[in-house]
Amino acid sequence: MTDYTTSELMVSRAAKELKNGDVVFVGIGVPSLAVNLAHRMHAPGLCMIYESGAVGCVPKRLPISIGDPCLVTGSLAVVPMLDVFNLYLQRGLIDVGFLGGAQVDRFGNINSTVIGDYGKPKVRLPGSGGACEIAALAKKVVITIANSKRTLPERVDFVTSPGYLRGGRERESLGLKGGPELVITDMGVYRFDRDSREMVLASLHPGFTVQTIKENTGWDVKVAENLTTTPPPTADETRIIREELDPQGVFLRSKAG
Amino acid sequence: MTKLMTMKDAVARFVRDADLVVMEGFTHLIPFAAGHEIIRQRRRDLTLARLTPDLIYDQLIAAGCVRKMIFSWAGNPGVGPLHAFRRAVEQGRPHPLEIEEYTHFGMVLRFMAGASDLPFLPTRNYPGTDLTRVNPAFKKVRSPYSDEELWCVPALRPDVTIVHAQRADTDGNTQIWGLYGVQKEAAFASRRVIVSVEEVVEPSVIRSDPNRTLIPGVIVSAVVHEPFGAHPSFVQGAYDRDNDFYVKWDAISRDEATFKTYLDDWVYGLDDRAAYTGKMGARRGELQADRQMCAPVNYGF
Repeated sequence: MTDYTTSELMVSRAAKELKNGDVVFVGIGVPSLAVNLAHRMHAPGLCMIYESGAVGCVPKRLPISIGDPCLVTGSLAVVPMLDVFNLYLQRGLIDVGFLGGAQVDRFGNINSTVIGDYGKPKVRLPGSGGACEIAALAKKVVITIANSKRTLPERVDFVTSPGYLRGGRERESLGLKGGPELVITDMGVYRFDRDSREMVLASLHPGFTVQTIKENTGWDVKVAENLTTTPPPTADETRIIREELDPQGVFLRSKAG
Repeated sequence: MTKLMTMKDAVARFVRDADLVVMEGFTHLIPFAAGHEIIRQRRRDLTLARLTPDLIYDQLIAAGCVRKMIFSWAGNPGVGPLHAFRRAVEQGRPHPLEIEEYTHFGMVLRFMAGASDLPFLPTRNYPGTDLTRVNPAFKKVRSPYSDEELWCVPALRPDVTIVHAQRADTDGNTQIWGLYGVQKEAAFASRRVIVSVEEVVEPSVIRSDPNRTLIPGVIVSAVVHEPFGAHPSFVQGAYDRDNDFYVKWDAISRDEATFKTYLDDWVYGLDDRAAYTGKMGARRGELQADRQMCAPVNYGF
């Protein structure tokens, strides 16, 4: 039985990274669904913060943007963005931040600024928004991105949001704590090696092989000795995602397979 | 003395060619009515600053009002890119656009530094990012109290800041609820402030709930009564975000010809916001917010 989509599997896997009581910086799309799923399953005490300033949100509908009015209604607090970044993020209150981007590299650096040269971009992307500060200041970061040579190059064209930079202890030497913990793609899940800080394939989604991963990653990616299979979402999880979180299929339109 | 005037007069008096203009509001309360009036009055060579340029600055770019943009996230939230912005940056059409790029935290600190009359503010953010490499305005400072080195961003001092709000009195004492964004800091950083509101109220209404006053009249130059002045953005407690419009905008703005037709039909072709809301027809009612009142508080002593 594989009655789930890859996106649903990514949402379910990302939700498992969240503990009850975590303070989570939420983005739109897969992260928002993952956090709301965790909130309904195993983490009712989770505190959702959106960079728009809504704290302790209980959205009654799927938020379409990070500034959706449904994030305000019934929330615990609404604070100026100055407070979000100074008092919540920089002070170290955020346990988990979710990030995506156009490119993620071997050391978990994220590019959401330009493809090509900054001065003469091939593609101009939206830019950092709050991503750089989340990457720099959250206790841990979970990244979701598609798995392809284009999206996972050996080195990003532009470091918008710092991961482990060029690996090893470079991030720590610059005074940054935290860092990316997990990269969830549509093919597998990666963790970061403790010493080299390089992305290592930790689990394969059902139906994918190491060879497919290697063909779709921009460098010769290492594979964990104890490679596992990503657990598929449970029937309960897919029901909550489909019926309660995204009933119109706004973010998860892809077909089951 | 009342500061109440029309948007036409407020823009004519307080927004000048080559000004550094800020129209703030993070998703919430984006002052679209003011943006459209600036386009109608054909201001030129503006430097626009805003965390998220959103559709409002995309329209000003396409209309040829903008020389430079200072920002931190240039997209159509949840939908895709800003097409006029991308055309200007990637192809120099309709003319090249100078950009100065930060992050949300950086922009907020720039406004706060400007609002506090400080030259800069420091942060623990930015080690390792390439943003500090491409934007020389980022500078490092050593803490005088420790061995720490911190990145800094410079103060931003707009010539004029425009915000939309739920209500104000005619002196400009302005109350906002729901998402605050960075309006307070942007207004205090600015030399001139225009406030447009859904409702103009008596000072007694403001005084009945002083904790909700975000922007005091002492820094406000003009108050404009502009119902539905934030559409397609939203006003908490008044009307919802027009998400359908944000989705449709992708196709409208992707093509320069349909973009121009939109500006002709909805901006140049209309006299003011009242004409715009009239043209919206039934859509206006569909966006009406539900009622969810807060528990009253006691201000007595």
